[in-house]
Amino acid sequence: MTKLFALRRWLAAWAVHLRVGDGLVLAAALVFCVVSALSLWQGGRPDKAIIKAGGKVFAEVDLAAPRMLEVPGPLGTTRIEIQPGRARVAADPGPRQYCVRQGWLVSAGAVAICAPNQVSLALSGRHADYDSLNY
Amino acid sequence: MPTMTPSTTEIRITPTADDHRVARHAAAAIVLTVAEAAIPLPLPGVKPGLANIVILVVLARWGWREAAWVALLRVFVGSLVLGQFLAPGFFLSLAGSLASLAVLGAAMHLPRRWFGPVSHSVLAAFAHIGGQLLVARLWLVPHDGVFYLVPVFALAATLFGLVNGLVAARLLEAEGAKPTP
Repeated sequence: MTKLFALRRWLAAWAVHLRVGDGLVLAAALVFCVVSALSLWQGGRPDKAIIKAGGKVFAEVDLAAPRMLEVPGPLGTTRIEIQPGRARVAADPGPRQYCVRQGWLVSAGAVAICAPNQVSLALSGRHADYDSLNY
Repeated sequence: MPTMTPSTTEIRITPTADDHRVARHAAAAIVLTVAEAAIPLPLPGVKPGLANIVILVVLARWGWREAAWVALLRVFVGSLVLGQFLAPGFFLSLAGSLASLAVLGAAMHLPRRWFGPVSHSVLAAFAHIGGQLLVARLWLVPHDGVFYLVPVFALAATLFGLVNGLVAARLLEAEGAKPTP
């Protein structure tokens, strides 16, 4: 208890030197930190889904509103589900279901490929994360 | 054989009391710069900037001109001592110093009643990272990737700006209590 009191006294001794404007400047500085972090560190957030069928772009969909897409392929129809900020292959006629089991794609650059039905779903953003690098 | 004659171009330098004071403060700032270089830090560019305490005190007591002398002497001599003179780090440091001096020149005219050394310190710290990032972006890393670390630098500027400003305010208070040297 005395320790806590001493700490408060110590802090108060420093706080004497803070004036009203200093508080404002500090608040503005912290707001700048938060705003810059939010705006600069969301590069991986996707804003568009690109759906290809048979190697050609079938649709480019904005990731703003939820919707369902039916993409025809040689084996049947692949169903793609779009929700705000994410997308997935909901159903696919392929035998092994790899693209369905990948689940929701949430970051820019993520890809789900349903090879047997020749359908792919890719997310793109302003700053896509790398999906591969080579020299 | 030529006879020895006294040089006709001899320059006599008689330092004034002002010069001595600038030298003293610059020496203190340089010591802090060198001491700080020994502190291991996780990120390049994130430094407490302890020497700025001296500059804030000089600014408040002796004005902008003298603070500029101390700040620039610190950058030049500090980099010479650390072997960084004309290395990229030197130019970053110089750009940061010039930017923060410019901002301090404006900030010192804010009403004293509301804005103390802490305001000056935080604003100067932000100007410092601004100047450094500008030079880094234009010259060293010509890619927008340098701005990725802005939030980290901004947080460091806020934190160290606050601490340095508080220390400067306390030193000014202590100095104000005793008669001026």
